[in-house]
Amino acid sequence: MAGLTSLPLPLTSDELQRGRGARRVSPTLIAGSVILFIIIGMVIAAPLITSYSPTAINPAQALLGPSLHHLLGTDELGRDEWTRLLYGGRVDLEIAFLAVLASFVLGTAVGCVAGYFGGWVDALVMRVVDVILAFPFFVLVIALVFILGPGTKSIYIAIIATDWVSYTWIIRREIVAMKKHEFILAAAALGYKHTRIMLRHLIPNCITQAIVYSMSDVVFTILTIVTLGFLGLGVPPPTAEWGSMMSDGQQFITTHWELATFPGIIVVITGIGLSLFGDGIADLLRVE
Amino acid sequence: MTDPLLSVKNLRVDLTTRRETVHPVANVSFDLAQGETLGIVGESGCGKSMMLRTLIGLLPRGGRVTGGEIVFQGTDLVSLNEKQLRDVRGRSIGMIFQEPMTALNPVMQVGEQIAEGPIAHLGFTRKAGRQRAVELMQQVGIPDAVRRLRAYPSELSGGMRQRVMIAMALACEPKLLLCDEPTTALDVTIQDQILKLLLQLQESTGIGMIFVSHDLAVVSQICQKVAVMYAAEIVEIGSVASVLADPTHPYTLGLLRAVPDFDNVKSVLESIPGIPPSLAQPPEGCRFRSRCGFAQEDCAVGEFPLRFTEGEHASSCIHSDRCREAAQADPIIGARAAH
Repeated sequence: MAGLTSLPLPLTSDELQRGRGARRVSPTLIAGSVILFIIIGMVIAAPLITSYSPTAINPAQALLGPSLHHLLGTDELGRDEWTRLLYGGRVDLEIAFLAVLASFVLGTAVGCVAGYFGGWVDALVMRVVDVILAFPFFVLVIALVFILGPGTKSIYIAIIATDWVSYTWIIRREIVAMKKHEFILAAAALGYKHTRIMLRHLIPNCITQAIVYSMSDVVFTILTIVTLGFLGLGVPPPTAEWGSMMSDGQQFITTHWELATFPGIIVVITGIGLSLFGDGIADLLRVE
Repeated sequence: MTDPLLSVKNLRVDLTTRRETVHPVANVSFDLAQGETLGIVGESGCGKSMMLRTLIGLLPRGGRVTGGEIVFQGTDLVSLNEKQLRDVRGRSIGMIFQEPMTALNPVMQVGEQIAEGPIAHLGFTRKAGRQRAVELMQQVGIPDAVRRLRAYPSELSGGMRQRVMIAMALACEPKLLLCDEPTTALDVTIQDQILKLLLQLQESTGIGMIFVSHDLAVVSQICQKVAVMYAAEIVEIGSVASVLADPTHPYTLGLLRAVPDFDNVKSVLESIPGIPPSLAQPPEGCRFRSRCGFAQEDCAVGEFPLRFTEGEHASSCIHSDRCREAAQADPIIGARAAH
């Protein structure tokens, strides 16, 4: 059979596509994309969906309970819960996506350099990674935010400073395995520079796992931000944010359960959407 | 005569691993003229691939040149720094590898991979690089080149992939092509096509080639000169015709006898007894001594440099006359020589 398959028959365009075409868009990916599209779309279009302000205080309208005017009721300061939910998503999603993107880029770059050059660079980087990984993630983030003081900037710094190591760890391991392949030696034999070998030959072959991980990492980062908000270390009031909304709402849990429950539900739905999307991407990117 | 394209003199390489230091290349010297093909044969682990990698300064970690020189177009490559070497690699010296499966980037279209050399070395634009890739693919006999530009390596057969690799190596029109067992992983019909292609490319471009193989038949098909390597040393070198018909080193004789002979099916396939010596602590005297049927007491001590027997033909064996007599008396070698 080997002889037959290696005959130089002309390829049809169908055959040329086959290698890629085998990658199907799975139902998982579609479900995940739809959920994310709806949530992100609603969050972006918040001013069009609701006419209330997320921050304007109106004590006369406090704790009204769900009605046609206020779909999810109002909180103890008379702010529309539905409006705060939409605007709060902007804060949570923006921080989560940007912080994960920054961690991804930084961690991938560091991991690639460490894995490719090896030696003392690798040893040094991996010891730093080990030290950061040795601490429980939440403890480290909370400690950092506590030191830096509450605020959006502190949250970014705390998340990126602790999260990049995951990507370094994933990428470095892949690079070490991949650089032993003959095509990397071939690239060196063709006289390519280290940067070209890393960017064009190593990273494209190693990045899949990091991309898949980054999807679940976004979920995890949203949970981190929400937890910080719940602990009072998050985005300072009056800005709406899912975690602080849950924290504020819990004191009224017996009379107005909707105030703490709906931010929780939206976090869960977002998490499910991102997880499905991540799984779908993993199927799509899996080579052969 | 003009200066050779490549002149290797007394090249020595050390390779330090965690446990020991081995000497995969010991005192190797040879010349390669413009447009000439030198075959290097020897069994696995004799240092032939390491020698090839040394030529373009791509030794693995722990490897270093400890002596000798590699003069290529008047420049000693051993003295160049990493940046200068990068300009030589790919641009003046191309290399093709054994495994076309693993020597191509699996997630990059082949057209892009072929165009990358001219883009990186010669400042081609992407469009010009693409054009060059089509030319090269046609040159190496890939049908339907324009459409195949966008193919991924996994969509091509082994033979096609090897052609892609040859196109990549030739993309910047190097003066020297290093081939590390380029046909070993292919089946025989494809192997034959690739060899014919290499011969034809050499005729049209006048490129010099070094062809490493453990297959004597392949070497005799494509090379003018052949060097036989044993335990990190060249033990015999000369024109293909004279070395194969008239071997003057017992190791070459052993290799020739170990080739199956289909004209004489009943003959017993011979092998060389024993195993090659350790390259960490090579034995005193002649390194082939312990496996050699001609060994005498005087083989146990001293140096065994290549000595010219006639013309360009050299052997390191001090009993080469007896080896020659045995070869001539051998019906198998005799029959081959008559061909």
